Amino acid sequence: MDHLEDLRHSPYGRGDDNANVWLALGVGALLGAAGLAWYTQQSRRERARRPGDSAPGRTARQSRFGRYAVTGRTVTIAKPKDELYAFWRDFSNLPKFMENVLSVTTAGDVTRWEIAGPAGRSVHVETRVIEDRAGEQIAWRATESSQIDTEGKVMFRDAPGGRGTEVEAIVAYRPPAGELGRWIAKLFQREPAIQGRRELKRLKMLMETGEIATSELHKSAA
Amino acid sequence: MRALTWHGKHDVRVDTVDDPSIINPRDAIIEVTSTAICGSDLHLYDGVIPGMTSGDILGHEFMGRVVDTGPKSTLKKGDRVVVPFTISCGSCFFCQKQLYSACDNSNPVANQDITENLYGHSVSGLFGYSHLTGGYPGGQAEYVRVPFSDVGPIVIPDGMDDDTVLFLSDILPTGWMAAANCDIEEGDTVAVWGCGPVGLFAIQSALVMGAHQVIAIDHYPNRLALARKLGAKVIDYTQTHVLEALMEMSGGIGPDAVIDAVGMESHGFAPDNILDNIKQQVGFGADAGHALREALMAVRKGGRVSIPGVYGGFLDKFPLGALMEKGLQVRTGQTHVQKYIKELLKRIQDGELDTTFMISHRLPLEEAPRGYDNFANNQNDWTKVVLKPGTAGV
Repeated sequence: MDHLEDLRHSPYGRGDDNANVWLALGVGALLGAAGLAWYTQQSRRERARRPGDSAPGRTARQSRFGRYAVTGRTVTIAKPKDELYAFWRDFSNLPKFMENVLSVTTAGDVTRWEIAGPAGRSVHVETRVIEDRAGEQIAWRATESSQIDTEGKVMFRDAPGGRGTEVEAIVAYRPPAGELGRWIAKLFQREPAIQGRRELKRLKMLMETGEIATSELHKSAA
Repeated sequence: MRALTWHGKHDVRVDTVDDPSIINPRDAIIEVTSTAICGSDLHLYDGVIPGMTSGDILGHEFMGRVVDTGPKSTLKKGDRVVVPFTISCGSCFFCQKQLYSACDNSNPVANQDITENLYGHSVSGLFGYSHLTGGYPGGQAEYVRVPFSDVGPIVIPDGMDDDTVLFLSDILPTGWMAAANCDIEEGDTVAVWGCGPVGLFAIQSALVMGAHQVIAIDHYPNRLALARKLGAKVIDYTQTHVLEALMEMSGGIGPDAVIDAVGMESHGFAPDNILDNIKQQVGFGADAGHALREALMAVRKGGRVSIPGVYGGFLDKFPLGALMEKGLQVRTGQTHVQKYIKELLKRIQDGELDTTFMISHRLPLEEAPRGYDNFANNQNDWTKVVLKPGTAGV
C-alpha cells in the first residue's frame, strides 16, 4: 500500500508513483463502470418483471423504440370532435398553428411538407395518409422519397364531462444524424416533442378563441 | 409613447418606446388615464421574480379610454374602461369555471415552457409581469394593447372618478377574493397579515362579509392606523407577541380564518426570515415566508387559510405538520378578477366600499421611478401611488 502512503504525503511524487495513481484510478473507473452496468441490467430486469401500467407507452422512461424516437401529447379542446377533425384534415390549415411548417401542398395522395429545421435549413417531408376515419383518426407515413423517415397519427375522442375533445397526436421519427441530431435540434427548439407540445397548444388557442396569443406590442414585431 | 420600463434590480426608468397596435381580432388599444404601482410590482423592483428582461414595460393596474379596436372587440372607441390584470380568453375550461387566472389560452405558448417546468402547469397571461406570465407590456405607459378585450375590460359610466374605480383592476378584487376564500361565518375572527393595499381591502371585504372581528398585523404605524379606521383591531408585531395576542383576542380559540397579504418578501427580525432573506439575496429562487408560517401556527383547528400574497418559487421550513394535524383548508391563487369585477363596481356605486382612502400619492408617469423608490423604501407614508400619464412631467 505504498502508493496510498505516497498519495497522502506527496501529491507530486516520482514518476512510477504517478503511474500507480493512474493505475488505481483506472481500476476504480473500471469497477465503477462494471457496477453501473450491473445496476442498469438489474434494474432493467426488475422493470421487466413488473406488470405494465395504464400509461401511454410514449411516457415510458425509455424514449427510444428501436431506431425511432416517439413523442406525443394530448390536449383537451372545448370543441366537438367533428369540427376539429375537419379542420385538421384540410392540411392547408396546419401552417396556421404549426409554426415550423412553412408550407403544405397536396398532389394526389401525397402531401409535401416544408418544415423549418435547425440553423435555417428547411426539410422536406412527404407523407401518405394511411388511415382516415372521419371524426376519429388520421394516420400518415413518410413515402420512400421523404427526407425524414416518420409516421404519426392524430386521434379525436370525446372528452368526459362535456369538456370537448381530447386530441392526441403521436409522431415517431428517425432523428437525422441520430442522437446527436436530436440534441442539436433540441438546442434550436425545433425538436418534435417541443414543436408538438407548442403546436397543439396553438391549435387549442385558435379553435377556442379564434386567435393565437402573443405578447408583442405591434404587428411588425409579431 | 412613454412607458415605465424595468432594467434590473432597483432600476426602473421612463423611456420612449414603440406605440402598441392591434394584432389579434379581439384586441383593443387603451389610452391610459390612471395606473397604479402594485405591491407585487415591488417584487419585480427587488428582482425576486424570475423571467424579467431589460426593457419590459411594467404595470398591471390601469384604466383608460379605448382608442382602437380589433374587428372582434366588443368595445367602442371612446369607452372608458378598467382592465383586469389577468388576461383571460373567457372560453377555455378554466375560464368557463371562472378560474380566469388559470386561463389556458392567454399565455403565449413559448412562455408556457418555464412555468410547466416550475409549477407543473402554465398559468394565464398577466399584464406587465414576468415572462413566466407572458411578458405582456404593461399599463404604466401611455398606451396598452389589451388582448381579449371582449372579456376583460369593464366599461365605467361617466361621472365616476378614475380613482374610485381604478383598483377594480387588481387590488380590490384581490382583497375581496382573499376574504371570500375565508368562507366567513357568523362570529368569525379573521386575522390579516400585512396592511398594504391588498390587506386593507381584505380587511374591508371581510367586515362587509360579516366577520365578527378583523385583526390586522403590521409594523408601520400609518398602515395600522388605516386598518383601524376601517374598523379592524390592530397588532404591531414589533411590540406584541402575535400568536399569544391572537389567542387571547379570540377567546383562546385562535382566528377562524387567516389571510397572508404579505407574500414572498416578508419583513421581520425572526430567524426563519433572516435565513429566507439571505437565500433570496443570493438568488436561490427562495420565498421569504415568515408571515405565512405564523399564520399557519395562529389559525384555529379546522380553520381557513387564504393566501393572496404572491409567492413564486420554493419555501422551506413550511409548517406542513400544522396544516395536516390541524386539518386546515388552504385557498390561494392569482385573482380571478373577471369573476368579481361587475359585483364590485356595483358595490362602489352603492357606496358600500371605500376605494380611495389608501391613495397617498398621485404622480405624473414621468415621476414613476420616484414612486417606486418611495413605495419600496418609505412604506409607512407611501401607502398607494397612482400615476397619471398625460399630466405634466418634471
